[in-house]
Amino acid sequence: MKRTLLAAMMFAAAALAQAQTLRIGLAEDPDVLDPTLARSFVGRIVFAAMCDKLVDVDEKLNIVPQLATSWQWSADHKALTMKIRPGVTFQDGEKLDAAAVKYSIERHKTMPGSNRRGELAPVSSVDVLDPLTVRLNLSAPFAPLLAALADRAGMIVAPKAAAAEGDKFGAHPVCAGPYKFVERVAQDRITLERYDGYWDKAALHFDKIEYTPIPDATVRLANLKSGQFDFIERVAPSDIAALEKDKKLKVARITEIGYQGITINVGKSARAQSNPLGRDARVREAFELALDRHGLAQVVMDNEATVGNQWVAPTSPYYAKNMPVPQRNVAKAKALLKAAGVEHPSFTLLTSTASDAQRLALVVQAMTREAGFDVKIQTAEFATSLNMADKGDFDAYVLAWSGRADPDGNLFSFDGCKQPLNYAGYCDAETDKLLAQSRTELDPAARKKIYEQIAARVLAARPIVYLYHRNWLWAYDAKLSGVREIPDGLLRVAGLKMAP
Amino acid sequence: MFEYLLRRLASIVPTLVFVSMLIFGLQQLLPGDPAKILAGEEQDPSVIAYLHKKLHLDEPLPMRYAYWIGGVLRGDFGESVRSQEPVLDLVLEKLPVTAELALLAMGIALVIGIPAGIVSAVGRGTVWDAAANLFALWGISTPNFWLGILMILLFSVQLGWLPASGYVSPFEDWRANLAAMIMPAFVLGNAIAAVLMRHTRSAMLQVLSSDYVRTARAKGLSEPVVVLRHALRNALTPIITLGALELGTLLSGAVLTEQVFTIPGFGKLIIDSVFNRDYAVVQGVVLVTASAYIALSLLADLAYFAVNPRLRT
Repeated sequence: MKRTLLAAMMFAAAALAQAQTLRIGLAEDPDVLDPTLARSFVGRIVFAAMCDKLVDVDEKLNIVPQLATSWQWSADHKALTMKIRPGVTFQDGEKLDAAAVKYSIERHKTMPGSNRRGELAPVSSVDVLDPLTVRLNLSAPFAPLLAALADRAGMIVAPKAAAAEGDKFGAHPVCAGPYKFVERVAQDRITLERYDGYWDKAALHFDKIEYTPIPDATVRLANLKSGQFDFIERVAPSDIAALEKDKKLKVARITEIGYQGITINVGKSARAQSNPLGRDARVREAFELALDRHGLAQVVMDNEATVGNQWVAPTSPYYAKNMPVPQRNVAKAKALLKAAGVEHPSFTLLTSTASDAQRLALVVQAMTREAGFDVKIQTAEFATSLNMADKGDFDAYVLAWSGRADPDGNLFSFDGCKQPLNYAGYCDAETDKLLAQSRTELDPAARKKIYEQIAARVLAARPIVYLYHRNWLWAYDAKLSGVREIPDGLLRVAGLKMAP
Repeated sequence: MFEYLLRRLASIVPTLVFVSMLIFGLQQLLPGDPAKILAGEEQDPSVIAYLHKKLHLDEPLPMRYAYWIGGVLRGDFGESVRSQEPVLDLVLEKLPVTAELALLAMGIALVIGIPAGIVSAVGRGTVWDAAANLFALWGISTPNFWLGILMILLFSVQLGWLPASGYVSPFEDWRANLAAMIMPAFVLGNAIAAVLMRHTRSAMLQVLSSDYVRTARAKGLSEPVVVLRHALRNALTPIITLGALELGTLLSGAVLTEQVFTIPGFGKLIIDSVFNRDYAVVQGVVLVTASAYIALSLLADLAYFAVNPRLRT
């Protein structure tokens, strides 16, 4: 009896020791862990546990307090005053105050190679009003600013550590988040440890977090099933049905804030004019009408997607209701092609080697053939395909976007004249004017009206045919509770708890 | 022999210079602007311009080669643009992992492949020969990736005996290290064992039919002595060559196997670096593996001398 009791106690102790580390399987290895220089989506998953931001987004994409407890726009919307949470310290013990916020914003704006400059472009200066109050002065009103501050641009780094490490800060990042950086072995693991001075310490139930990148979805899942991981991101849609029957595991699905689309070369290079698809809006309309979005979502994503026709999902408050998702209409597509004088237009559809992109291209090819299109598929490794897109060396390109919390992040750089992500080469003076207005208008209702006007123009010109919004698919140990399904696809570790 | 060795050593320097030029030059043929892929999702033009300057991308090719090789001669292999870690650190971090995996896999291959080849040659036409041939056919035709996933499903998910993936340093916990390495080492070793078996078999068959083996048997030597001391020794030369080549390949990283088992070795490093256009890392890793290859072929040559006294004159 004694022996059994001892064994049971040892087992319980072992289980407890095990539960203190949260092991997470990532789909890729993150890039540099410096919020100013970071560029990848997957890096943001690690930042979510390591670096708190001035504000955060919740399940409904509302902006909620994090390091800033409250904020106020000036009457002319050209200054944002934020109250900083008192008593917050960085993971090296340094105090987080208004001066530290000023330091970080200025670092984001001035550091060579900074990826945050564009997101903070209208911020002209930062004033420290008192130790816990900071004011961001803007050159013009900028509606997407708060959403940017809910991402890497709002992450505050420890000034002393950042100054000492310079551009090597990413190797030993120090922030004000719940877990502090311990070590990183490239392509193997990133280990974080609970920061005992965290302002919301009561919400932390794990001692350590370990992130391991495993690119193959099958292997990632095998690791979860064998108990090597407690949580994995980006589960393959085809595995979901079996996972939902597994009582030891749980599945979370969240509609992404990004989209899957087909970018069409309408003016990026001379090639746009040599092809009926790029030259004639009627051919593009016929192309869209030949597509069955529900069929695409079913075949490519196993229905783990929400069909859509805009840069934001139909569930978003900024979705332009005046432009609903068009139904498939092959007869109308054929009539449009006839009117355009090309009954059998032929073009090349460029895709990366990612398996879902290739599947998508094949289904599009089959669907549009019924309307008379002859689609040739060209596959290139991602970096190569991106380079071809940038040079305008394509007719149409299967391209997805991970999305930003503010609709501006899904639209401005893609449809503004000469913007960096405008691979379509779309340029329309009226659209540019409306885009500028959408950035300076802070009232959501008025902003929505502007987006409806933009949608009416852009969706008729079709530089991008939006298809659907994928589900972020997560799978985790059924004993893990407190998983928050936030549409940015980033796991929040505060509040996560493992039942014994 | 010494003269030969000196000649071989002297030829290493121009070979390495040529290899370094090849690595550098071929990489420039990769399509795509590395600054664009490194600039990530946002594609901020100022970041792209900054990376161009930082990586000397706008300078002529010979100048860029000079920057790189100058650094290498000073022991500075540059740094990864993606993770900001020095390339030398990355290489030193991955080299022991890959070396351990390669040696374990080679050990498994030798232990299975050579005895199977001998048994199959000696017992030509018997059930043993057929069984060894069947094993070889299976080993050669089974893709590593597939075998790896099946082994994970059986030993990790179903039986729960071994960890599905990951790596633990042998200095931390040698048992956990072996548990993590045994499956990938077997997957890699199995394929090589099959090739080794085929080569051992054909070399042994050739030797076993030669005159001196008949003489040895006529002298009344026991069969094990004839086979192991007289025949095998002469049959070893092609097997050593093959073994060295296979070991060299293993050291350059077993890409798919490392991906499946998440072993953080050269294979994973190099494939990620190529896709991310992280040139400095690719160059550093390829240079190190090319040097390892050259060193191994030199060692193989020395091994010929050891097993074949006729070459020593």
